[in-house]
Amino acid sequence: MNYFPDEVLEHVFDFITSHKDRNSVSLVCKSWYKIERYSRQRVFIGNCYSISPERLIARFPGLKSLTLKGKPHFADFNLVPHDWGGFVYPWIKALAKSRIGLEELRLKRMVVSDESLELLSKSFVNFKSLVLVSCEGFTTDGLAAIAANCRFLRELDLQENEVDDHRGHWLSCFPESCTSLISLNFACLRGEVNLGALERLVSRSPNLKSLRLNRAVPLDTLQKLLMRAPQLVDLGIGSYVHDPFSEVYNKLKIAIQRCKSIRSLSGFLEVAPHCMSAIYPICGNLTFLNLSYAPGLHGNKLMKLIQHCRKLQRLWILDCIGDKGLGVVALTCKELQELRVFPSDPFGAGNAAVTEEGLVLVSAGCPKLNSLLYFCQQMTNAALITVAKNCPNFIRFRLCILDPVKPDPVTNQPLDEGFGAIVQSCKGLKRLSLSGLLTDQVFLYIGMYAEQLEMLSIAFAADSDKGMLYVLNGCKKLRKLEIRDCPFGDAALLEDVGKYETMRSLWMSSCEVTLGGCKSVAEKMPSLNVEIIDECEQMEFNLDDKQKVDKMYLYRTLVGHRKDAPEYVSIL
Amino acid sequence: MEVGVKMGMKGGGDEVGGKEKEKMGYEETELRLGLPGDGEVVRKRDFSHTVDLKLNLISTSPTDDKDKNIVPSHLDPAKPPPAKAQVVGWPPVRSFRKNMLATQKSSASEDSGEKAAFVKVSMDGAPYLRKVDLRMYKTYQQLSDALAKMFSSFTIGNCGSQGLLKDFMNESKLMDLLNGSDYVPTYEDKDGDWMLVGDVPWEYASLYLIISSTTLTALLLLNFQSFFPNQKNSFNDRMMFIESCKRLRIMKGTEAIGLG
Repeated sequence: MNYFPDEVLEHVFDFITSHKDRNSVSLVCKSWYKIERYSRQRVFIGNCYSISPERLIARFPGLKSLTLKGKPHFADFNLVPHDWGGFVYPWIKALAKSRIGLEELRLKRMVVSDESLELLSKSFVNFKSLVLVSCEGFTTDGLAAIAANCRFLRELDLQENEVDDHRGHWLSCFPESCTSLISLNFACLRGEVNLGALERLVSRSPNLKSLRLNRAVPLDTLQKLLMRAPQLVDLGIGSYVHDPFSEVYNKLKIAIQRCKSIRSLSGFLEVAPHCMSAIYPICGNLTFLNLSYAPGLHGNKLMKLIQHCRKLQRLWILDCIGDKGLGVVALTCKELQELRVFPSDPFGAGNAAVTEEGLVLVSAGCPKLNSLLYFCQQMTNAALITVAKNCPNFIRFRLCILDPVKPDPVTNQPLDEGFGAIVQSCKGLKRLSLSGLLTDQVFLYIGMYAEQLEMLSIAFAADSDKGMLYVLNGCKKLRKLEIRDCPFGDAALLEDVGKYETMRSLWMSSCEVTLGGCKSVAEKMPSLNVEIIDECEQMEFNLDDKQKVDKMYLYRTLVGHRKDAPEYVSIL
Repeated sequence: MEVGVKMGMKGGGDEVGGKEKEKMGYEETELRLGLPGDGEVVRKRDFSHTVDLKLNLISTSPTDDKDKNIVPSHLDPAKPPPAKAQVVGWPPVRSFRKNMLATQKSSASEDSGEKAAFVKVSMDGAPYLRKVDLRMYKTYQQLSDALAKMFSSFTIGNCGSQGLLKDFMNESKLMDLLNGSDYVPTYEDKDGDWMLVGDVPWEYASLYLIISSTTLTALLLLNFQSFFPNQKNSFNDRMMFIESCKRLRIMKGTEAIGLG
């Protein structure tokens, strides 16, 4: 291999695009490491505290696209206090100082300030793509800076961010010369937008393929936008309310029929169910339908819509679809690969409208199903065993029973056997979330069978340390483990501390681990940051090692303790 | 008709007795938590227990007998689950999604106030029906006034001294009067049932529309109950009436008894 010129190797490496593969390539020998690092353009960092921006820049001078993830997953559910960390500003500052020609930045669960966005917009001439998922800390002023300064912007994709909306002028900040937009998603913004500016922007963006509007965009504007952009592939509708007998609605019907390329449909943040027939003409082409933010659409109107979507591969829906509606999905969507059923009323006194029956129907009708997120009222072992038999191809299986310790309502048994069937049958399972009444037994099964498992989420389960030990010993490919409210203590935590270096992170909250146990991990493994998150500041007054730790988050890192932790976080 | 269900949550104090019994059975079959080598038997932590702990409802002592209300709902299939105390982070739904759904729900109830809600009004014996837009009226009184005007051509004379009005504040006297009167307003709700107008508290005003048998005139009675001056509550109640009301019918009082 030594007598291949570098350029040839580089050309070969061009074909290796997955991060894992490129990482492997760089480990072969010094020469390959060098060639790989100079030719690398895309870098994915799953935990922003595992490495520093300076080291990133030093190793990959040709960096063009950076993906960063900040807070741990359980931050989504309010388990991580507000200012825990995950700030993007130091990264942007360091990159701006360097000679990196950043073109794409993708962030998830990070704190993004307007200052960062402004610096970003002014520092990289060729900046093309900004994707923010579940981030917070910025306002529409920051977006205005991006719009105004990024002359070659192609993509501005905002997904489920908490944005302080100072109302619509940011859209007007796109200069007349900006004609390069391919993707614009502002569905998560709550405020008004300048509709005229939006129309003009869409008119001068001939390459626009993806457009997701927020609730403030009414139906008549939608009609105008679709007339100007019939080439759209992905559409997110904001408000869909109008009189079905009006002129505007007729115009909309015509506009929609011209959009023969739409493959992905979402939104309906506000919907008048009797207007859905205008959508039918494009339903037959849809591969992705996301109605999970459309509580106004249910019952017969919803089922009728779904009956038109024969090519659907991914469906995100609310549980008001009911078991019956899932039956319709099973009959219609034979190509279905991914199903997500969200709760329409997570805290209401009412019950979730789907049970194990809906899931069984879908599993029987949709053999290609490989990815599931299912919030339901109840689940039975029999149903899970049937699902496992029908769909052995699951890569992601996330089940959330609204009462998290509910047993099988028919047999009153724990759900160990059901989940056991899933892990045994689905040999490619990479991600699993458990709920319902569960004993140590289910973890025995997981340790035995879930050989490809990379991420496991556990809540209110198990009887003893054995549960956690089965998992740590058995799942060789485990990368992320997150546990809450389980009786796992120091014995489990300390059994094999070397394991944590092979993982990205471990989260344990409301378990039985003690301060002493966590200190022990930190002592033995200097390559880990062991963070104790103590909002009540109990630790300050009581440094007893036997004290139980409320929240512990540990992760491997190359750069030691972070300097930006708030007061209530102690890094051991 | 969902009125009855909306008021308050089901379950409550009367379940304690049943729960005691259930609890004993549960204790016998429950799995015990024990660390290896640990002689002490510790009660398995279950969801409800955790909930109550987190809310500081019970002490952390494992053998505390006072925790009567921690039997998980799944053991009591006959009774509906009590309103769940909220444990942080469960169910695992992103805050963004929760907030979005909450916003959509509250504005949905506001939105329904913006569209016209026309319902047909029929009066028994009248040769034709009328239509009224319920959005136009803020109280039953206004509605009644409008109805009275609409059907005035079918009524004769006038009734109603102040003295008579005071009597109507008393519900039993009202029932007596209803027995004697010919016409009361009813409405058909979404389920197709004819209901007496005024069952749904509308800004907590109870309206009794009476047309006496001798005079066939609408006589208005307004009985404000100001227990809940909260503007928001009354808005929702009005919305509830408007949303569920499909049609109005002024019918004979004698037919109306038994509807309420």
